[in-house]
Amino acid sequence: MTTQTILPVDAEHLSELSQRSGEPGWLKESRLKALELAASLTLPRLEKTKLDRWNLNTYGTYKASQAFTALNEAPASIAALIKDQEAGSLIIQRNSEVVYTRLAPELAEQGVIFTDLQTAVKKHGDLVRRYLHKAVQPDEHSIAALHAALWSGGVFLYVPKNVIVSTPIQAVLLTDDAEAVFVPHILIVAEANSSVTYVDNYVSDKTEAGLHNGAVEVFVGAGAKVQFASVHQLGEDTTDVTYRRAVVENDGMIDWIVGEMNYGNTASDTKSVLKGNGSSSNAKVIAVGSGAQKLNYTTQAQHFGRNTPSNMITRAVMRDSATSIINGITKIEKGATRADGQQTEKVLMLSPKARGDANPILLIDEDDVTAGHAASVGQVNPEQVYYLMSRGISKHDAETLVIYGFLAPVVSQIPLEGLRKQLQSLVERKLGQ
Amino acid sequence: MAAEFIIEGLKASIEGKEILKGINLQMKGGEVHAIMGPNGTGKSTLASALMGHPKYEVTEGTATLEGENLLEMAVDERARAGLFLAMQYPSEISGVTNSDFLRSAINSRREEGSEISLIRFIRQMEAKMKELDMNPEFLHRYLNEGFSGGEKKRNEILQMMMLDPKIVILDEIDSGLDIDALKIVAEGVNSMRSEGRGFLVITHYQRLLNYVTPDFVHVMMQGRIVKSGGPELAQRLEADGYEWIKEELGIEDETVGQEA
Repeated sequence: MTTQTILPVDAEHLSELSQRSGEPGWLKESRLKALELAASLTLPRLEKTKLDRWNLNTYGTYKASQAFTALNEAPASIAALIKDQEAGSLIIQRNSEVVYTRLAPELAEQGVIFTDLQTAVKKHGDLVRRYLHKAVQPDEHSIAALHAALWSGGVFLYVPKNVIVSTPIQAVLLTDDAEAVFVPHILIVAEANSSVTYVDNYVSDKTEAGLHNGAVEVFVGAGAKVQFASVHQLGEDTTDVTYRRAVVENDGMIDWIVGEMNYGNTASDTKSVLKGNGSSSNAKVIAVGSGAQKLNYTTQAQHFGRNTPSNMITRAVMRDSATSIINGITKIEKGATRADGQQTEKVLMLSPKARGDANPILLIDEDDVTAGHAASVGQVNPEQVYYLMSRGISKHDAETLVIYGFLAPVVSQIPLEGLRKQLQSLVERKLGQ
Repeated sequence: MAAEFIIEGLKASIEGKEILKGINLQMKGGEVHAIMGPNGTGKSTLASALMGHPKYEVTEGTATLEGENLLEMAVDERARAGLFLAMQYPSEISGVTNSDFLRSAINSRREEGSEISLIRFIRQMEAKMKELDMNPEFLHRYLNEGFSGGEKKRNEILQMMMLDPKIVILDEIDSGLDIDALKIVAEGVNSMRSEGRGFLVITHYQRLLNYVTPDFVHVMMQGRIVKSGGPELAQRLEADGYEWIKEELGIEDETVGQEA
């Protein structure tokens, strides 16, 4: 049985929108083609998750948002995240549009570009066109196609060759109007031997059902290093489907740090394509599921280059009746000699109704490689709780120690102190309700 | 005040199978009691039942420390009342550092608002670790994770020293220790001997008792204490084994609760 994709917009309207916002012709064509594709493609097939039962149709429409010039005009829902960021490099997207953009002048002087993607397609059209939709391609499935047709706002970060950006570049993406489309696209290009850290936060402040259909594309040049950190803390009302992809050239490095702290249904797929020799990828995903959340997290590493190490770690704590399917896919292509693919997926369940499922998959077409996986799904170990209690620690505190301890080996490796603390407090908030 | 620890008629079972068949024992602060016996006679069950391991069900009896029945308390309450069990197989807990764990344990004994200061805690812990010849990096290691058998045992003694209990049970603390480690552990125990503190040393071998001299020695068989005496009893067991006791008491199979 195939389900017909419900198109949230018709071609005429889409074309008019594109024209009205002054987009170049190639982008309008790309949007229209993607919309056409969406009609013929099916939903992505996720392991043990029936996406067709999810709320994936409440896109809303493109709505203008009021831009602001000073951070104190920002909505209260994101105030904590942008505190003391007056002098930092920050983009804020509210619903369909970016409402605040600031790039530190010293970075601009070095040729760094940091702007909303809608502006970038006009100002830096050739550059954007070279990369846009090349890592997450519109013909993969209907979600990717609709993303390519409908994206708005978004982030474009370009770091020229040899430029080392030492302070994190940040973005905050807020959905607080259920009628407005919330489909931001993040595009990061790090040229050869450059280095940059990007951190974003997804926040919602509304009660009506909504959808975030997000895509992230990161292009890591030869010898470049990109640290990409993302924290999703969308509310129960918002369904979140996010595809993240990095394409890494020779000796490049991508570090993914993902905090899945949403309250609604979430499907995410974080993939590194290790194209160049000596390229490497490190992915850390921390998740807490609560309520009746349905969650599907995938990490992937695809090795084409020789001497390519990848490491993927997902740790998830599930409480109440949350269900999580956790997939790790290491794919080593023929010719990727001396690749090393490692992955670990662990789920800790805190209630008898919570469900967890870890699926490690190794697909190896080359002999001269090393690969390994470990997966576990379990409950809080009563022996451990007994041991802690035998030293006088109360049952509640003992369980808390074990639960935080489960996430700590991953959290403690997060190199950004602010992010580490933020994740810790989000974990506490989700576990402490 | 010297601790008084009295076990009366203690019976305990695991998965419905009775292992302890009525244990009676009286200890005072300052005393060291050794419990010896072959494998499978219920020695470790006694330790676990006293501490309150969830797998063991106490079916009869009392264990009172300074007049309060420990067996009516939850595990953490028993610990805070002054009981300490150095375990034969301490749990490994990933993500919880040794220092965070011990600080939580110490603070669980203190009122809210009068928690131990970090500096004082670190100083104390470092001093004790030095006594036990432990590398200071163990402070920041995850609890028992990747520790060798000997390191785990030293870590148990470290906890005992930091928590200052009234009654200490050492469950096969000597197993898996080489002679140097055994001496260090024994010195740690001896340094803690005081008028106010009693020790119950469960051991399979006489070896440990060469370094920690007991005042009383009890032999367990078939889930009961079948013979008690002074330190000379341990010497005799070392020289002659357990067979003579079995003969004396007409015991054929000394074990308890084991499938034939």
